[in-house]
Amino acid sequence: MRKQVEQIQAATVLFAGDSGDGSQTIGTQMTETSAIVGNDVATLPDYPAEIKAPAGSLAGVSGFQLHFSSETIHTPGDSCDVLVAMNPAALKVNIHKLKDNGILIVNSDNFARKNLRLAGYADNPLEDDTLTKYQVFPVELTTLTRRALEDTDLELSKRDLCKNFFALGMILWLYNRPMDYTIRWVKTKFSTKNPHLIEPNILALRAGNTYCEATEQFAISYEVKPAEFTPGKYRNIAGNTSTVLGLVAASHQSGLQLVYGSYPITPASDILHGLANYRNFGIVTMQMEDEIAAVGVAIGAAFSGSLGVTGSSGPGLALKSEAINLAMIAELPLVVCNIQRAGPSTGMPTKTEQADLLQMFYGRNGESPVPILAACRPTDCFDTVYEACRIAVKYRTPVIFLSELYIALGAEPWLIPNVEDLPKIEPNFQTDVDGFEPYLRDPDTLARPWAKPGTPGLEHRIGGLEKSDITGNVSYDAENHEKMVNIRAEKVKRIATEIPTTEIYGAQEGDLLVLGWGGTFGVIRTVVETKLEEGCAIGHVHLRYLNPFPSDLGEVLKRFKQVLIPELNTGHLRQLVRSEYLIDAIGVNKVQGQPFHVYELESKISKYL
Amino acid sequence: MKKKKSSGIPLGVPTLTQKDFMSDQDVRWCPGCGDYSILAQTRRIMPELGIPQENIVFISGIGCSSRFPYYMNTYGFHTIHGRAPTIASGLKMANPDLSVWVITGDGDALSIGGNHFIHLLRRNFDINVLLFNNQIYGLTKGQYSPTSEQGKSTKSSPFGSLESPFNPISLALAAGATFVARSLDRDPEHLRSIIKFAFEHKGTSFIEIYQNCNIFNDGAFFQYTEKETKADNTVFLEHGEPLVFGKEDEKGIKLNNFQPEVTTETNDTDELIVHDQYAENTTLANFLARMSDMPEMPHPIGIFRSVQQNCYEDMMTDQIAFAKQQRGEGNLEELLNAGDTWVVE
Repeated sequence: MRKQVEQIQAATVLFAGDSGDGSQTIGTQMTETSAIVGNDVATLPDYPAEIKAPAGSLAGVSGFQLHFSSETIHTPGDSCDVLVAMNPAALKVNIHKLKDNGILIVNSDNFARKNLRLAGYADNPLEDDTLTKYQVFPVELTTLTRRALEDTDLELSKRDLCKNFFALGMILWLYNRPMDYTIRWVKTKFSTKNPHLIEPNILALRAGNTYCEATEQFAISYEVKPAEFTPGKYRNIAGNTSTVLGLVAASHQSGLQLVYGSYPITPASDILHGLANYRNFGIVTMQMEDEIAAVGVAIGAAFSGSLGVTGSSGPGLALKSEAINLAMIAELPLVVCNIQRAGPSTGMPTKTEQADLLQMFYGRNGESPVPILAACRPTDCFDTVYEACRIAVKYRTPVIFLSELYIALGAEPWLIPNVEDLPKIEPNFQTDVDGFEPYLRDPDTLARPWAKPGTPGLEHRIGGLEKSDITGNVSYDAENHEKMVNIRAEKVKRIATEIPTTEIYGAQEGDLLVLGWGGTFGVIRTVVETKLEEGCAIGHVHLRYLNPFPSDLGEVLKRFKQVLIPELNTGHLRQLVRSEYLIDAIGVNKVQGQPFHVYELESKISKYL
Repeated sequence: MKKKKSSGIPLGVPTLTQKDFMSDQDVRWCPGCGDYSILAQTRRIMPELGIPQENIVFISGIGCSSRFPYYMNTYGFHTIHGRAPTIASGLKMANPDLSVWVITGDGDALSIGGNHFIHLLRRNFDINVLLFNNQIYGLTKGQYSPTSEQGKSTKSSPFGSLESPFNPISLALAAGATFVARSLDRDPEHLRSIIKFAFEHKGTSFIEIYQNCNIFNDGAFFQYTEKETKADNTVFLEHGEPLVFGKEDEKGIKLNNFQPEVTTETNDTDELIVHDQYAENTTLANFLARMSDMPEMPHPIGIFRSVQQNCYEDMMTDQIAFAKQQRGEGNLEELLNAGDTWVVE
């Protein structure tokens, strides 16, 4: 019997299980396949800080949410059409995210008394009426996987590790997706170190697929047609990978060797891992003894005439602040990546937040202006970190690049850029001895010369003590200090003269402007699109440049009756905008370690329309 | 003495004099400070190293000693407290052809920068570290330092400091330093020769320099530096030579049940400890380093250890060359287009 195929516009699937169950792996695979077959995709990995919390516990639940669509989408979805729960804890933690009448697939083998108790269930939810509003599919995932692998040589305990691929096989069937891409990935992944795992995983994948086809349990499958994209070549990319490629591109295009100093920290470590692979691009990665050493080597590299970059998350940035200030007064190019996570202090390392913005603005002693740029989505990390490098080199200044866990780990399709279209980055090293002074500035940019050690005749000394204008010698002169403070501020301000003016999406003036920055882009855009369809006079401005602001921003804000600023903090951008432009901006704020849901923001925005 | 030049540093620039190494800045240490001598010896020895000024970089942290780079007519970077080793590491990594010198003090290197100091040594960049040890905080006007003796009465320890001091030589050896030496601000000739040996050593070279702070800790090292007492309180280490000291070399050091002991029977050289600075094993170097903790024993001055090991920057350069050979020179176009891609018409 041929089963029924239903066309749908979009779907959201959440894979959840113990942190060792491989939910992140199959979630990523489903994402890759969905992107390759032409859907727009957005993802939200949500995992615990513990590498392996006690098996079956609520604390150990790891989830991966994927939204795929035949339309353009900007968020991983508020609620799910399908929840795959590998154990009772995963069910308990995530069931509220499943839509009414949504599909719930559970590994019924794991619903024995012990796991139920660990998850805090007094009774088995599969046997009472707690789940009646969902379409429940209990599947003996462990048993079926073992059966599928009966004829393999794999030891019994290892066979159970393949059950995530059984589950993936089911979901691929459910959405009429090919298995080819996953099979290819499994072959590449295990080819060198664990070739004996290739066959069992593929067998499990196929078994899951066949199971859905064969059993009467599953009567309907779904199809999500390709979305419309700008023509071109695409790949699926996560934010941190996009940051890595942006840094490699900036190094390559500027001709400057990239020296990346870092100390492992969630969620920035991926950048260190990624860059460490590209020695053949001449890239140096230095895993240092601490956060300060990590920025120190980047500053040393910058002094030598290389592209010095360091990366961390909020706690690391706190430690680096004195060194960033040194680069600021020494006026050396430096790029500092802050992949924000939920604070304060150690906070919630695996959860997302945007609460480091004021730290980046003000977290250094003295008058310390530093340009700040923020990426708004995974693919935007590439362009934004590239632009951070360009500004750092051109203006001889540290630049802070902000990303955040949500976009750093989230993935989406990326229109691969042409190398020749990338903006120029020109180091313009000083070589001319005539008239050289370490702090004699370019009259337009106010940048000082970059004279690298090894250049004859340009020997000079720099440091953290206040500099005398032009000569750069140590100076305690009162008037000079004020002058230098003003020059350093003016240098950063002048960046605004060359950056793009504000782009307003939607109404160019009217009732409400939603002003955002960073990873809230997708949810804001989704809500604003809806409101525009309803005929509201609403606009959306999303800031990449936070310091300096675009030169026309104040004028743009005044074109709207009200300005609403959604942020995953208690109102950092709102404070900055209020003090800079003296407007009564309203905040929409959330600090739960989770991104905004579309419905949350929509209900807030509706109040002002 | 082994003499290995740093690879890549252009050599053979004959015409420089110490004057070429004097910057236009006035030297602003207290009159009588030991730093003046160290600066003078460094300027004097620089022309003998045969490298052009533009390839020399002095990096310092914070403290009296850290003003040093301003006074040298080379490239220089006066950085932040304790962090000079990190900036020097990045600089040397990015341009291994430079001759990089870290100027630091006991507070800068061993307190606030202790972590960077030990990690610099274990990575073995070809960098020279001159630690001016005056056993006091000078720039902040006289608090005890991590090398001050226990019980020292200072502004911040009016009842005596409670902390036992670091032995910088032992610390450096424990961190795996490949070149470890001690010299004296008031022995110009020895200091110059040690600086030169440090330069010639390929790898991180660490020199502890006993330096007098005549304002806050005057005379801390006089028993090792002044004519009347020096001979009896110091033993100058010479590779392959027995450990003898005293005005007429009339005293020697021998082992008694693994403990050092002074003997006056110096003719029987088989009994005396013979110095071997090239020993791979650090037993002797550690033993000599700890001798300065014993009041009855003389302080060793000279090179404790000098061994060859791979330098971080060379290994990184090799990795890069290997990766290029294996995968080909990085191609950005290919990198961006790597992985599973699809085309939308």
